[in-house]
Formats: sequence, structure tokens, C-alpha cells
Amino acid sequence: MNRQITRLALTGVGLIVALVVATTYWQAWAAGDLADRQDNQIQRVAQFTIKRGEIRGNGIAYATNRQERKGGRTFFFREYPQRALAAHVVGYSTQSRFRTGLERSLNDYLTGQNANLSTVLETFVDKAKGATIQGNALRLTLVPRAQRAAQNALGSRCGAVVALEPQTGKVLAMVSSPSYDPNLVEGSFDRVTGVGADCKRPDALLNRATAGLYAPGSTFKVVTAAAAIDSGRYTPDSDFVDPGYCEVYGKRVNNYDTSRPFGSLDLHTALVNSVNSVFCNIGKELGSKKIVEYAKRFGFYSTPPLETPSNERAPSGLYQGTDLFDPKEDTDVDPGRFAFGQERLLVTPLQMAMVAAAIANDGVVMRPQVVDRIVAPDGSVIVRSKPDELGRAVKAETARAVAAMMKDAVEGGTGTAARLSGFTVGGKTGTAETGIEGLNTTWFISYAGKARAQVAIAVVVEQQNSTGGQTAAPVAREVLQALLGSAANS
Amino acid sequence: MSLRNRELLNLIAVGLLTAIGFASVYIAQSDPSELDAGSLTYAGIFMALYLAAHFVVRYAVPYADPVLLPLAALLSAIGVTLIYRLKPDDAFRQSLWVVIGVVLFAATLLAFRRDYRILEQYKYLFGITAIGLMMLPALPGIGQTINGARLWVKVGSFQFQPGELAKIFLIVFLAGYLRDKREVLAQGRLKDFGPLLLIWGAAMLVLVQTNDLGSALLQFGIFLAMLYVATGRAAYALAGLALFVAGAAFVYRFVSHVQERVTIWLNPWTDEPVFCAQTGELALRQDCGSFQLVKSLYSIGNGGFAGTGLGKGTFTTTSGDPIIPFLNTDFIYSAIAQELGLVGAAGLLLVFMLFVARGFRVALLGDDGFSKLLAAGLTFGFALQTFIIVGGVLRVIPLTGITLPFVSYGGSSVVANFVLLALLLLVSNRANMQAARGRT
Repeated sequence: MNRQITRLALTGVGLIVALVVATTYWQAWAAGDLADRQDNQIQRVAQFTIKRGEIRGNGIAYATNRQERKGGRTFFFREYPQRALAAHVVGYSTQSRFRTGLERSLNDYLTGQNANLSTVLETFVDKAKGATIQGNALRLTLVPRAQRAAQNALGSRCGAVVALEPQTGKVLAMVSSPSYDPNLVEGSFDRVTGVGADCKRPDALLNRATAGLYAPGSTFKVVTAAAAIDSGRYTPDSDFVDPGYCEVYGKRVNNYDTSRPFGSLDLHTALVNSVNSVFCNIGKELGSKKIVEYAKRFGFYSTPPLETPSNERAPSGLYQGTDLFDPKEDTDVDPGRFAFGQERLLVTPLQMAMVAAAIANDGVVMRPQVVDRIVAPDGSVIVRSKPDELGRAVKAETARAVAAMMKDAVEGGTGTAARLSGFTVGGKTGTAETGIEGLNTTWFISYAGKARAQVAIAVVVEQQNSTGGQTAAPVAREVLQALLGSAANS
Repeated sequence: MSLRNRELLNLIAVGLLTAIGFASVYIAQSDPSELDAGSLTYAGIFMALYLAAHFVVRYAVPYADPVLLPLAALLSAIGVTLIYRLKPDDAFRQSLWVVIGVVLFAATLLAFRRDYRILEQYKYLFGITAIGLMMLPALPGIGQTINGARLWVKVGSFQFQPGELAKIFLIVFLAGYLRDKREVLAQGRLKDFGPLLLIWGAAMLVLVQTNDLGSALLQFGIFLAMLYVATGRAAYALAGLALFVAGAAFVYRFVSHVQERVTIWLNPWTDEPVFCAQTGELALRQDCGSFQLVKSLYSIGNGGFAGTGLGKGTFTTTSGDPIIPFLNTDFIYSAIAQELGLVGAAGLLLVFMLFVARGFRVALLGDDGFSKLLAAGLTFGFALQTFIIVGGVLRVIPLTGITLPFVSYGGSSVVANFVLLALLLLVSNRANMQAARGRT
């Protein structure tokens, strides 16, 4: 009988060994995945015992902590003193709805769990002593005055504003309208989802600045013009004849205003006055693949880098349904319409701000950054953002030529509403039809500064019944004034 | 050193561990952190209790294995410490049950110290009593249904789960019966299996009827294991397994309760809302049927390598509502795994493994078929029960709610396991005594 007992004993011990293996799997191998799950309530509660790092920027606090003692444990709950001001960038950290925004993507830093040797040691010592673990604080690049100006200028309209510093990529303003009060997410989420605004789907939680996909309209002509000149096939003085329309595949595509054809004109004048037929012909000449190639150099077809969670950002480009579509042949898309911003082209405000910034920065695209530095509890700086070149989109001469065209568009073309006395402002309007008669998505992308450009900006406003020059350009002007005014003072 | 002195030393080590455990829970939960004499009284009472048990062992079964009692003491101390940390009110009651368990342990030792093999003569009585015990909860008036399983008997304020004791009685029956019939059974004539199948079939029917799938699995496993040990025919065990699989498939087809358990086990997380039987609405499965399992896994994952520390784990929301239900019974392992981490959880499993190893050693040394079968059956049952509940919590097998021996909150389980321990010590005592006499 002993032989059987020995075998049975091995089986019994084997069963328990299997349990050790399974425990190891969950606690060592799968622990990270479990911790990252959105519905991990234990992780959520446990993280409230950590004194989360504050989020501040340029003198104001965006996220602070409220300490509360409950059932023998100390919890730190988030408070957002600025309420809706930068809600989409900062995000929220709650029990019931988990986290979004920087609160989510930089959670490891904010909770002191980033794998940095000194932090790991400190956290370990705190844990062993039973002391409260302290997270690292964030300092944002956002300029509060500009945030407020953008929010006020958009008002109850749906849309977004992104302002960048062209030479560094610093995000000076990022506003998505409608916004919401993150303090309400925990207790009264229905008041967040119920935020109303002047558009069909207000969806206050969506960060339109980075994830809103819109038809760019004529603002895309900046990319086409840059491609045309940079490819060496055209110069700003290249001559065209505008009959008021352009023919693609045997069909007529009209200018915005067909009643007044421009007749003979050069490329410079065509951008200043946003003449569709000229860009349509450029598109036919360059081919859609060439335009896509230049768009990619500006950052299209990849998710623009930023510190916010990647699923809160979207790549720009031609879309087929919900997927990006990269034409293999020139004939896959209509190059004429594509060249002046129609076709299946969808872009984010952040991407268009990057285009304006690259033009203002002699053709170099900088990595957008909204976190200036990460500061440890003892005040030392753990991470400091440095300007980072993503690449050169076009030659410096090309960029300057396009910048000059944009300047004339503001001084005497479609973008006069953005004029700002004492500053050089260049811009390009966009008015994209939504398919509903009389409702347009309106745009304005722009740069402004004194000797050299200090700000690049993109503004989009949804469901407007007039043009980008009349609706978006004034918003841009307010934000530019707030930024340049404060820059002049500092 | 004599066996009993070794046992005493082991018990003292366990007592110290218990004191440290209680003290750390006490410190973690007091504010500001402090330690007073009160926190150590629990450990003191525990120590005194097990010293008393030790002296009974010294008197009644002097040759018994010196490791089993300290291991059981350690497991029950871990259990009470954790329960004290999770729900202080339950800890007091659990301690009372441990006292009753130790008293019954002592009584069993004293009653059968001369020869426990007398039990073999009453094997049919044990078998029938076991079935009777299992049917008690089904009786109207005293039967109680808790969490969908009808397993409890309530008389006045006294609540008991007779199935735990029935398990031991069935093992006694099987040991006696199989010892008697092992040669005949090994020949494989169907009629010899009659009484066996009858009692076993009745047991299974009762279990399925009361919806206690965990116990059904456990008792079937014990049955197959003992049949294999007695006959030495692996084919029986394999045939039994095949029967089990067929039966499980059959039950799966027709019992929605079982289907749900299996679905939860295979896919605890869904990305899309699915039909939720509890609320009748659409919900993610992790918010519905599998929320217990999923939350328990989160608890285990949160422990990581070193754990959060005793008393520092997260089991409630910030407003104090429990996150994991049945934390001190079915899911006590996930509480241990969070607070003590992989180190502590693996340590706990090692204690179980040592207990199992010692139990099988007793079976190997046993000097007659009944003793061997009894010890092997009891020990394998102990191992399998640990596997079914911890394996369920760890998503190795579908989750069925049974207790973790000595550790989970639950009086019947603690008492039954102390009886199991007493029987193992009796077998061990006799074997070692015979060996000692043989040598001299």
C-alpha cells in the first residue's frame, strides 16, 4: 500500500506547489497588469493613502490634496481649485471613475512610484516606517491668463484652442470647450456628462484639443503651399489663372466665392485670399502621395507626442471610417480636394498648432510639452523638460516664404480679424462645410510675435454659420493678446 | 530530544510568532501607533490553550508526531490574527471555536488513546451517520440557506455546518470498508462495489442537491484517492476521473449555477457589457458575476512581493464599505496575500505543505491497512480542500466556496479539523509506539 501512498503524497504536495506557482504568477508576473486595470478598486483606494504630488503652473494650483482621516487611515483626496480651467489637461483622480489626463499618464510620478532610484529608496523607507508616501509635483507650462482668455472667447461654443511656443514646443494654452469641473466627477458625474453647449454632441470629457478630429478646411493650404515651394516645383511668384473653379476627374470644384474669379494671380496671392482652384491645381501637379509625405513631416499620421495619456490624443491624416488611410497610389485620393483640405482629411487642433509653430520656427517641428518639470517632495527637480526637435518639416526659406504669405493674409486677406497692433501676426483661416447647410467647422491657425514669432496657435470652433475669419480668428486674437501681453510684462 | 519536548519547542516558536503577528496588527490599527498589554493577551491565551493541548498529547499519545500540532496551532493563529484584523468581533467567536476545537481534540485523544481501531467496527454506522449529517440542512425548520447553498443547521442561536464533520465520518467509513474489501475490489467484480457506490451515490446526491459543489469535488477526490490506495489500481482512479468529467459535463449542461461558475472562471473580464443574471441588466462581467473573484485577484496583486504589511492592506473603500465579500471565509487567502505578499502567502502554503507531508508520513508508518487508509484519506482530504479553495481564489480552477482548513472563519470547519488532527496523532502514536517496541 505504501507505493500508492507515496504517489498520493506526491500528488497532494504537487497540488500545493501549483498554488505557490499560481500565487507567484498573480503577485509577481501579472501584478502590473492588474494594477493598471481601470476597475481595480483596491489600487484606487490604496493610492488615496499616498500624498499625491500637486499640479501647479505659473503661479496657480490646478490640483491639490484634502487630507481626511477615516476608519484609522489617512486619505488624501484631490481638489481642483481652478475647476474647469485646464480640466482636459490635468484630468482627475477619483475612486469611482479612476483617472484621466496627466493624473493618469503621470500617475507613477504623482504617487512616487516612478522607478527612479532615490524615489524608490525614499518610498521604501517611508513604507517601512509606516509614514505617508509622498508623490512628486508637476509644474505645467500653461499660462493661466491665456487659458482664461481662450475659455471666455469660446464661451458656450464647442471647440478648442492650442497655443505653442514655436521654438520650444511648450504648450502655453490648451482649452477644450465645453469644459467640466473635475471636482464633480466623484460625487455628481451626471452633472459632468450633462454639460450643455452649442453643438450636437457637447461631450465635456473629450479633449477636443488633442482628440477632436475635424476637417481642416483651408488651413491645410499652409501644408500644401509648404510642400509646393519646398519641392522646388513652385515659388511664391509662380503664376496661376483662377477661373473660379478647378476640374478634377471631370468634375468642377468651386472656390468659396465663385462669383469673383481672381483671373491671373501668383501663389502668394492665392494663399492670402485662399483661392481653392490654385491649390487644387497644385495638388493635381504634386500628386496626393507627395502631399501626404509633407504632411507626415509636420507630424500627421502619428499621434502627436504630449504628456497626456495616448488614448486622449489622436493622429491626423486621411481617414477611412475610423482608421487612418495612407494612399499607396496617387489615384487613391482626389489630390485636388486633398490639397485644399477636403477629401477624407481629419486633423486635431494640436496638429494644426504644430504646423503653425513649425512655419514660425523656420520649418523645425518641436515636441509639444505641457509639463515643465517634475519636482520631488524635497524640492529637487527630478525631470526637467528640454526643447526637443522632432524633425525638420521644410527648409527654412520655405517656412519663411509661407510665413510671409500668412502675414499678408492677416494684414489684408482673410484673417484681418486677428490683427494685433504692435505685433507681427500671420495666419490662415479655414471654413469646412459639415454637410449640413449653413453649419461650418471654422478654423484659424496663426503665429504672432515682435521680432520673431513667440506664439503659434490653432483655434477650431464647431457648428458656425460664417467663416473662420469671422469666428475663429477673433478667438485667436484674444488668446494672442493675453499671451503677448503677459510676455511683454514679464 | 524526546518527541514531546520537540513539540513543546515548536509550540513556543509558534507562540512567539503569534505574539508578533497580533502586536503588529495592533500597532498598525492604533492611532498613534502604540502597543499595550491588551494586544498580547490574545497571544497569551493562545499559548496557554496550546500548552494545555500539549499536555493532553503528552499523556494520551506520547509517541505521536511532534510537528502536526504546532503546525495546526500556527495555522489557527494566522487565521485568528487575520480575522482579528479584518473583523475584530468575529475573532472573538473564532477563538471560542478554537477552544471548542481543542477540547474536542483532547476528548478524541483521551477517548481513543488505547486503540482507535475500534472505529473500524462501526464503519457502517459512520457511513450512515455521515449521510444523515449531510441531510440535516435539507430538513425544514432547522436547515439554513446562506449564499445560495443549504449547508447550515441552526438550533436556537447555535449554527453549524454538519458537512465538515460528515467528511471525516465518510473517511472513517471508507478506511474501514476498503480495508475489509480491498482484495475483492481489486478483482473488479461489480457486486462488491455495491455498498460503496450506494453510500457514495447518496453522499453525492445530497451534495449536489444542497448546491455545495466544492464539497462534492472534495469528497469525490477523497473517494478516488482512497480507492486507489486500497486497491493499487490506477485504472479505478482514472475511470473515476472519467466518470467525474462526464458527470461534470452533464451537470454543466443542465445546471445554470454551474455554468455561471465556469464562465466566470474562464472569462472574468469582459470589454463589452453582458447580461447580468443578478440584476437582469447589461453590465461588464467584472462588475457583475465575477466581481468577487476579480476584486480578490486585485487584492492579491496589490500585495506584490513583500505585501502591504499586517494591518495596512486595503479591504474597504474610503467610506469604509467592504470591497471584497466573504473576506474572512472564502477569500481569507487573498487578504493574507495582500498584507503579507508573496513571501507570506508562499510561507503559508509551505506550512500547509509541511502538514500534508507529515500526514502522509503518518500514513506510510501506519502498521495496518485501516490506519494507513485513514491517515492517507484524512491528509489527502486536507490537501485537496486547500487546493480547491485557494486554487479557486487564484483562478486555477472554478471558484467554489469551502473553507481554508484552520484559517478561515467558521466554527464547524475549525472543530472538524481538530478532530482530523486528533485522528492523525492517534495513528502516528500507535505506529511510532510499535516501532519503538520493535527496536527494544
